[in-house]
Amino acid sequence: MSDDIAVETSGVTAPADAAVVMHGIDVSFGPVRANRGARLEVRAGEVHALVGENGAGKSTLMRVLSGLIRPEGGRVRVFGRDVTGWNTAEAIAAGVGMVHQHFMLVPTLTVAENLVLGREFRRGPMLDRARADRAVRELAEETGLHVPAGARVRELSVGEAQRVEILKTLFRGARVLVLDEPTAVLSPSEVDELWRVLRRVRDGGGTIILITHKLDEVMAISDVVTVMRHGATVARHRTAETTPAELAREMVGRDVVLAGDVAAPAPGPAPATVASPASASPALEVHDLTVSSARRAVAVDRVSFTVAAGEILGIAGVEGNGQTELVEAIAGLRAVRGGSIALGGTPITDLTVRARGERGLSHIPEDRHRRGLVLDYTVADNLVLGLQDRFARAGVLDRDRIEHNAREKIEAFDIRPGNPGLPARNLSGGNQQKVVVAREMGRAYSVLLAAQPTRGVDVGAIEFIHRRLRAARDAGKAVLLVSADLAEIFALADRIAVFYEGRIAALLPRARADKETVGRYMTGAAREDVA
Amino acid sequence: MTTRVLDVPAVQRGPLAVRTRLRAGLEEALLPPVVALLVALVIGDLLILAVGQPPGAVYRLLLQGTWGNAYGLGQVLFKATTLAFTGLAVAVGLRAGLFNIGAESQLAAGGFVVALLGLVLPAGTPALLAIPLGLAAAAVGGAAVGVVPGVLKARAGAHEVIVTIMLNFIVLALLNWIVAAHLHVPETLHTPEVHAGAIPRLADLFTVFHGSAANLSLLLTPVAAAGVWWFLFRTRRGYELRAVGLQPDAAEYGGVSVGGVWTRAFALSGALAGLGGVNFVLGYKHYYEDGFASGAGFMGIAVALVGRNHPVGILVAALLFATLSQGGLAIHAVVPKQMVEVLQAVVILAVVVSVPEVRRLLRRSRRTEAA
Repeated sequence: MSDDIAVETSGVTAPADAAVVMHGIDVSFGPVRANRGARLEVRAGEVHALVGENGAGKSTLMRVLSGLIRPEGGRVRVFGRDVTGWNTAEAIAAGVGMVHQHFMLVPTLTVAENLVLGREFRRGPMLDRARADRAVRELAEETGLHVPAGARVRELSVGEAQRVEILKTLFRGARVLVLDEPTAVLSPSEVDELWRVLRRVRDGGGTIILITHKLDEVMAISDVVTVMRHGATVARHRTAETTPAELAREMVGRDVVLAGDVAAPAPGPAPATVASPASASPALEVHDLTVSSARRAVAVDRVSFTVAAGEILGIAGVEGNGQTELVEAIAGLRAVRGGSIALGGTPITDLTVRARGERGLSHIPEDRHRRGLVLDYTVADNLVLGLQDRFARAGVLDRDRIEHNAREKIEAFDIRPGNPGLPARNLSGGNQQKVVVAREMGRAYSVLLAAQPTRGVDVGAIEFIHRRLRAARDAGKAVLLVSADLAEIFALADRIAVFYEGRIAALLPRARADKETVGRYMTGAAREDVA
Repeated sequence: MTTRVLDVPAVQRGPLAVRTRLRAGLEEALLPPVVALLVALVIGDLLILAVGQPPGAVYRLLLQGTWGNAYGLGQVLFKATTLAFTGLAVAVGLRAGLFNIGAESQLAAGGFVVALLGLVLPAGTPALLAIPLGLAAAAVGGAAVGVVPGVLKARAGAHEVIVTIMLNFIVLALLNWIVAAHLHVPETLHTPEVHAGAIPRLADLFTVFHGSAANLSLLLTPVAAAGVWWFLFRTRRGYELRAVGLQPDAAEYGGVSVGGVWTRAFALSGALAGLGGVNFVLGYKHYYEDGFASGAGFMGIAVALVGRNHPVGILVAALLFATLSQGGLAIHAVVPKQMVEVLQAVVILAVVVSVPEVRRLLRRSRRTEAA
């Protein structure tokens, strides 16, 4: 093994009842070594968390296990059988099932039809639907995963669709379930439901490998945890015998400040502003705003609030309660049905995206793959997206300045690899996000819309982005932070607005907010409509 | 907290990586079309064998009739000039994510308007004035037709493929009627000759080209290709156009008016197609004739496809298709003309199928190489 860090195997001996044993796995993609001597041992009937930063090689290792990639070195054993270099069909036949981050379901088919897809029951030339329905019900009964067999997949919630995906994998005889970042798309209550399901699968004898970089999930659900860094396995612990801080240190290779560790409410530079934001001139003022969703329903319903300079207003809430539409409306990407938006006292409701940007509005969008980046553009070109006017003279792009700007931002925001000419597509998720953050925070602006600024980003980058957001606040910027992650809201926000069904259910100063209260407002159990 | 973790292998930063990437880029740009051509040749062999002819001899005949003599070469260059313009037109559309099936009628409209201008200009207008005016007229004619699907898509969300197909019928029929009813020279389907703006033929300068239609408007093609390249990759509008083509949502986020880009891209696309009309009208016959370049607009789609939407690739692809087209006439005696049309289609299919396939294989071989 090329890595100098010895694999720590505190209290865990190589199990005799191993479900999965992978040793010395090497995988390269061109010059990038995704796995270098990676090692994983999973005992049958355990929930095994596989953690690491973005690009640490977790997904690659799992793709080796599921037969998608043939490793260049190392051995893979599943239930004692050497299966190195097998293909996906063999993996499925041997009982290794992958539950993908992006669901592989046909939205227009029913749950039962999706489950039997590829191995349909037949009666003559016809599908035996009754038998399919029955089989699905039996399996649901057996596993305790309740899904509406007759419903079409497109009618299901994200959590239900994920359950169907898991059930489909079990239906195909999987004994080892691999879940890749399963909670990225779930609301808190759906996450609890998922944990219940996974425990049930485990108690029924199933083995679960959970890829994640959320340490609270590791602590909540796993029995054993393996840590990867730079393609190699650096540690393995019984979950009960380790701490989030230790895992974070091993993932990143140094000490990190976890969001949850910031116990005290992070005060702004001027506490007076926090106490009475109305007295300061609001950098961003939203008045009586109504916005429609894509399906023309009311997504944001007569919402009013202000964000002062030097303040972070956190918007908490279960996703899908109008936060996305709110941010898009402020950014100019979605038509406003009623109400007004003002930037430093000037109305911007009818301005274009470009004009809003020129007046000092900066925007980290929630979906970097769809909005925030042109994936086939280089890092340098992406670092001027939205600023292309300023990097052109008489309509001609100033390549030297674009290149110079890229080198500057790469340095300041530690974007890796530090090559301005690389397509953004080739960067890891965390570094892609850094490109977006570098662009939006590295320009002149007065108001920053930060939507899910650390989604899908590893601990090291989260810490970095949080530090930047605090620094922006301290430098007198107004920040509207939208996050599905309560810990993030609590770590950063001076005031917290809880969104529920398109309205602000509560607006609390950080000092008076605690997770229980905010949680109650998030789920609609309590509400004090703030006009 | 200044300790930095070096998680990038050193090789990725060095000059070595740059060279490897450059080589990789070249391989990816050149190898797929070459393989595609070889595949097409093999299938072509089988086709020629099927009609009972020796492939070697037929290819020799084809090359002799095209690049083998001045007349043939002149004809290839003449055809390639029009194809280069329609190819560039389609490529500009595709770069913006738009499928312009209307190059056919935009080309005709460009040719018609430049012929009209030539009839309006008094005889004896100096060439230095008449020719630039003619180019502008052709561009305006093509753009006027081209902008319609752009505006309709931006305003009403009408799909550009439907609109451009329908516009082909409308514009071509309209032009046919105008010429037939009002402007034709008796017993023909063409307008009178232009009074000014004629572009010299190659044969006027070098007598070897005698009889061929090639004219100096072919010099416009590298200029146009360079202009398109510069616009796409060096200007702000080009940056925005490509962003819209790749990811409209990201472009919108970046303050780009997506509808505006559609409109401008279609106008530019139409203008380029329209400029293709200059080759025939000012360079060759000096009048507009109904159906003067029939098929060249559609062939532009193939040219853009094979040229991978890159101006340089398009010039090469235009020469390739012009060679096949002219070569079809050369081998007409031994191989039916239809067979050549089949061969052209085979070239397109070979590119469509083998380009992604070859790239996949390249990437895989590189992966094992790196191991």
